[in-house]
Amino acid sequence: MEFALHKLPLVVLLIPMFSFLVLSFFGKKLPRGGDWFGTTLLFINLGFSVFILYSLTQLGKYELNVEWFNLGENKILGLQTFYAGFQIDALTGVMLVVVNAISAFVHLFSVKYMENDTKYTRYFAFLGLFTFSMLGLILGNSIVLMYVFWELVGVSSYLLIGFWYEKPAPQEAAKKAFIVNRVGDAGFLLGILIIFLTIGSFTFNGIFEGVEAGKLSGGMLTAAGILLFCGAVGKSAQFPLHVWLPDAMEGPTPVSALIHAATMVAAGVYLVARVFVMLSADALTVITYIGVITAFISATIAITQNDIKKVLAYSTISQLGYMIMAIGVGAYSFGFFHLVTHAFFKACLFLTAGSVIYGMHHVQDIREMGGLRKKMPITFYTFLMATLAISGVPLTSGFLSKDSILAATLAFGSINGGFNYIVPILAFLIAGMTAFYMFRLLILTFLGEPKNKEKYDHCHESPKQMTIPLMILAALSFFGVFSFNPFDASGGWFLKLVKMPEHLLAGTSGLFYHILPLEEYMEHIHHAHMTAMVLSLVISGLGILTAFTFYYWKKVDVEKLTESIKPLYNFSLNKWYFDELYDIIAIKSTMGLSRMSAWFDGKVVDGAVNGAASVTRSFSKFNGLFDNIVVDGLVNLTGGMVGAFGLIFRKFQTGKIQTYIAFLVFGILVMYFIFRVL
Amino acid sequence: MEIGLNHYLVLSAILFGLGLFAMITRRNAILVLMGIELILNAANINLVAFSHFGGMGVDGQVLTIFVMILAVAEAAVALGIVLNLYNNFATVDVDEANTMKD
Repeated sequence: MEFALHKLPLVVLLIPMFSFLVLSFFGKKLPRGGDWFGTTLLFINLGFSVFILYSLTQLGKYELNVEWFNLGENKILGLQTFYAGFQIDALTGVMLVVVNAISAFVHLFSVKYMENDTKYTRYFAFLGLFTFSMLGLILGNSIVLMYVFWELVGVSSYLLIGFWYEKPAPQEAAKKAFIVNRVGDAGFLLGILIIFLTIGSFTFNGIFEGVEAGKLSGGMLTAAGILLFCGAVGKSAQFPLHVWLPDAMEGPTPVSALIHAATMVAAGVYLVARVFVMLSADALTVITYIGVITAFISATIAITQNDIKKVLAYSTISQLGYMIMAIGVGAYSFGFFHLVTHAFFKACLFLTAGSVIYGMHHVQDIREMGGLRKKMPITFYTFLMATLAISGVPLTSGFLSKDSILAATLAFGSINGGFNYIVPILAFLIAGMTAFYMFRLLILTFLGEPKNKEKYDHCHESPKQMTIPLMILAALSFFGVFSFNPFDASGGWFLKLVKMPEHLLAGTSGLFYHILPLEEYMEHIHHAHMTAMVLSLVISGLGILTAFTFYYWKKVDVEKLTESIKPLYNFSLNKWYFDELYDIIAIKSTMGLSRMSAWFDGKVVDGAVNGAASVTRSFSKFNGLFDNIVVDGLVNLTGGMVGAFGLIFRKFQTGKIQTYIAFLVFGILVMYFIFRVL
Repeated sequence: MEIGLNHYLVLSAILFGLGLFAMITRRNAILVLMGIELILNAANINLVAFSHFGGMGVDGQVLTIFVMILAVAEAAVALGIVLNLYNNFATVDVDEANTMKD
């Protein structure tokens, strides 16, 4: 048993990497492109992770920490030693199972879905790479390791969104996802730097000890928390960086299920959950409001979208906002619980969407669908199960997690009071909207009359490789998986394993936020629980009922209704014009700045350089003239004078000794005259 | 009139002047040599005259004989040079022997 915690996590981490390497190098030589290889390994990995989770419940958490490298003695920072290792605790154990389970099912699903793709082997290799990175992100016990794997999942996501890179849209989407994520990651990195400079440790335990010892506190702690959250904003597609996720739907649908619905986008939530205990009250305020704003915005957008994957994408953003909000209001376990339940039912939704797209021969517009229930019964019932779960209908896992989150938001309102009641109000509203748009999707896709008869006639139920993962995932959306009490999850194994931690800063307050000690906080949640459950039942019931009145019974003319609220409808259909806004703010302004820089470069810098050049040239010309006239003149003058004297004196130098003697005599006479006569 | 030292010196000066004149003005190498002989002899007259009137015995005469011997040797060498000059240039005009100048 010990070995399950001490050694097995490393094996679990390396198996997908092994799959990636083998498929990259030898994949094409393996029979059937090696799909069975990756899939089998992942199912083995799933088995291992379940075993690890079971061992964890028996043995308690474990951390392996070894010295990674050190930078030697440093005058400013002292001896810098970096530790690396992995940890197995409740978060990790559960995430391991979730990631491996969904990855394994997606592998199996993809075998048929990607069947005729030319890059079949590469696809499975990338899935392996992604799974490896995601597992590394979960297992790493230091924030630097987490950052490394964080970037690696970013790369795998980039590769898989742009998998069909021959087409322009996936290219653009991949680039967008990558660049938008960089914005958040820059904040994440700054957060890490603040933590390192003040605490001097990268391991989570080291950081928590540092915060407890007060090495990092006050405004800096808030800044660090918000900066770390920036990373989560990017990765988990929170407002204002949520724009990449809908575009990421350009990737293959199973990839959307694995990466952009269940696991990678949850990494941000995982990060916030991981550092939850050190987040200051003000940071938690920011997190709560960002979460609720994201959830609200994307829910309003999801209502009007017509692409089956776009609806699911916005619903994913909305649910991620929900999780972030849950952790923000202090309900750490509930947020994480929702992450897990959401991972299963959203993966199920995406895979059923994949199944529908496969069956309809690559139609994604729900206005072309309808009546598919008869043609694709298994897909329909699994989709129904997942939709019930996401809408928060009783007897589903989604009901359990959503209900507890709603209770937590109510408690948040009652603790902090005042305008903070906006959070529970919006949360309930979003729950209703979720139920509405999910049932709108369900009705338009599966019920009613087929709108495109030709497509409908050619439609067929997907093969077993696809329906089996769907059925398993739908089964995992059932309440019994997490708790035997269908109305309260607190007695279930999950919430017993993932306990609410005591916050390091319990008892402190921010501007609008009080972090209560755990017992007091649980009291508040307990009080809110009944109200939340009743309200959420009523509201999601209302949402579902409205959807049926609008789209199934057609008691209300939807066309007329949209016509009457045209501006609002367009606002939602165009996604609140975020892309256009960013186009102006980020892209146009960057282009403008570049153009200005180019102008500055062309005119001012080049001008200065050219000016300097011409000044130098004229100076040189002047110098040359001076050289030619004055200096050369002097030199020539000297020469000329010497020459002139020579001309004179050469006359005396006749070479005739008689002349010399005559001069001699003359000289003597002169001297005689001078000395004697004068 | 008693012949004194001054007469000798004047004679010597005249002789020296004539020799110098011949040496400077003549082009013929032989005549130049003859001018030199005159100058030497002017010096000899001086030597003998100073010796006689200075009361120095025969020192002047002895020195004069040495000078004459030197003059002979000089004439021998100089005439050899002149002969060679004639052999090379077919003239004894000293102005013509100017090939080293160029």
